[in-house]
Amino acid sequence: MSELVKAAWRYRGFVRSSIVNEFKSRLSRSKFGAAWIVLHPLAQALIFATILSSVLAARLQGIENKYGYAAYLMAGFLCWNLFVEIVQRCLTVFIDQASLLKKMHFPRITLPLVVIGSALVSSVALLVVIMAIFPILGLYPSIAWIWLPVLLLLTVAFAAGLGLLLGTLNVFVRDIGQVMVVVLQFWFWVTPIVYPVSIIPEHFKTTLAFNPMAPLVGAYHDVMIFGRPPSNNLWITVAATLVLLSASLVVFRRASPELVDAL
Amino acid sequence: MNPDSLVVENLGKVYRKYASELQRCAGWFGVPAKPLAEHWVVRNVSFKVARGEAVGIIGQNGAGKSTLLKMITGTTRPSEGRAATFGQVSALLELGLGFSPELTGRENARHAAGLMGMQGSEIDCLIPRIESFAEVGNYFDQPIRTYSSGMQMRVAFSVATAVRPEVLIVDEAFAVGDAYFVHKCFQRIREFREAGTTLLMVSHDASAIQALCDRAILLDGGRLILDGLPQEVFDYYNALVAEKENSGVRTERKDGLVVTESGSGEATFEQLAVLDAQGQPVQYVEVGRPISIHARVRISGEVPRLVFGYMIRDRLGQPVYGTNTHHTGQALEGLSAGDVVDFHVRFPVNLGTGSYSVSVALSSTETHLVKNYQWKDLALIFTVANVDHPTFVGLVHIPSQIEIVHTAALRWAGR
Repeated sequence: MSELVKAAWRYRGFVRSSIVNEFKSRLSRSKFGAAWIVLHPLAQALIFATILSSVLAARLQGIENKYGYAAYLMAGFLCWNLFVEIVQRCLTVFIDQASLLKKMHFPRITLPLVVIGSALVSSVALLVVIMAIFPILGLYPSIAWIWLPVLLLLTVAFAAGLGLLLGTLNVFVRDIGQVMVVVLQFWFWVTPIVYPVSIIPEHFKTTLAFNPMAPLVGAYHDVMIFGRPPSNNLWITVAATLVLLSASLVVFRRASPELVDAL
Repeated sequence: MNPDSLVVENLGKVYRKYASELQRCAGWFGVPAKPLAEHWVVRNVSFKVARGEAVGIIGQNGAGKSTLLKMITGTTRPSEGRAATFGQVSALLELGLGFSPELTGRENARHAAGLMGMQGSEIDCLIPRIESFAEVGNYFDQPIRTYSSGMQMRVAFSVATAVRPEVLIVDEAFAVGDAYFVHKCFQRIREFREAGTTLLMVSHDASAIQALCDRAILLDGGRLILDGLPQEVFDYYNALVAEKENSGVRTERKDGLVVTESGSGEATFEQLAVLDAQGQPVQYVEVGRPISIHARVRISGEVPRLVFGYMIRDRLGQPVYGTNTHHTGQALEGLSAGDVVDFHVRFPVNLGTGSYSVSVALSSTETHLVKNYQWKDLALIFTVANVDHPTFVGLVHIPSQIEIVHTAALRWAGR
């Protein structure tokens, strides 16, 4: 375990330059450049807000602002996009970098770290833009916002645990990658991101307890929209994160000797 | 300090096939699962490389060379045994890995150096050295996608060899690129050697291994067959290849694809060999040396007239030279069962370097169409090497003298 950390620390320069290079190559020949990082999630929120606000905005209790629903969406997407980007890219990170892994000897853990780093950069950029937009919409950041760094880290840890576990297994059983495309779609809709928890029928509400993303997204809503600290449900996510992270590290270490052979 | 920089002990790599991948995953947690099939790519390989020594690894495709190198480099873990390296290892298994086309040469160079485990400040010091060695001029600050493949190799090689490693592992990686840069690459490897770097090199190129290596190791079917001087090992390797080529032809004949083996069989070749001046069988012959092709023919029936013919072909099968005893006026007549005839064809090897095969035939006239006793393609294979003649290209060796008349231009004194 400490070897893993040491190796990652020794290659911190590589991780940093990989993240920088990734943004450079992704944005290099586009006019808007860095703006694209935040334009995508904002456009996503705008689309949902345009189409669903008349249906759902009224159901959003405890918020008077007429842009409340748009803000609700932005907070949800901030969380979900960070989660989904890490999971999706971790799923295929070893397969995508197969030739590098086969021919160069370097700490493999750096690859998921690069994924996490670049997703985190995008999310922080989005958060900064959101902080600028919210006052325009008439919503002012409250003291509860100091929870956000904790929430971002928890999201990263949960996503990384799941992503690393599935990404390692995906090298051996490639169906996982295919299945996860569908699973993530489904997961998005069973998590209260575009709709408030209040519209869920009573008998389905218990199922939310099995979805660690629900309390997490809920915490973003609590903090950013309602200006209150996260509810106690968040412990479900924390527990799931700890389980997934340790499981993924064990599997990653056990699978490591055979990882390159299966690529 | 350890006298060896590389120790390989009983190294082996097996690829296992399971009925289901879940069994493999269960295996990580101690659940025993019986694999359906095991395929040993490398097994029981042991050798040591002393500090500063240069060793070439040769073998046919699929002999396990790359797997061996990967285990030594550390990208693949051995299934049994161990491979230990002492000191910093640098492996050139493939150049230009991790380069991204949108970034400039400089950015990619920094990135690749980071991948090799270098720190930021170290990289800052090395970049000027990398830039000057690569010699790509202003392109160094242009995106890699605008580079030619040769320029990309230049940058990649410069980064990979920016720091002298204790152990350098090379896998034919730099066999591409323009001649000038290939020379520069070899020059740099030689400098490393002189400074004490241990070299491990995989190549099919006999001349590269002979020029750079003190020792060679031959792998075949994942096993170490021979460990010795490069020349010895290459001789053995060529014999091995020739043997395989011959056996390949034999199976073809069985399928009836090649009809040239046909023959009525009243006269057959009993023994065939390429001999040197001392009468010893050879596989490797030097340009200009006298050799002979020896054929012993046994007669097992009525042979009213016997003509022996042979043809030397290059590696592409093109005839280089051929004749027969009808044309030379040496046809034999009235042979009967039990007779043995020895033919010795003596000639100097005025051939270009490369591999040649010999086809031989026994017939009644100058063509084998009238009465064909036996015909054999690829009956013999030998390789020509240039050892003491000036380098030349082409199929034939035409010794020449170049006369030079140099008339100096008139120069004013004091200039």
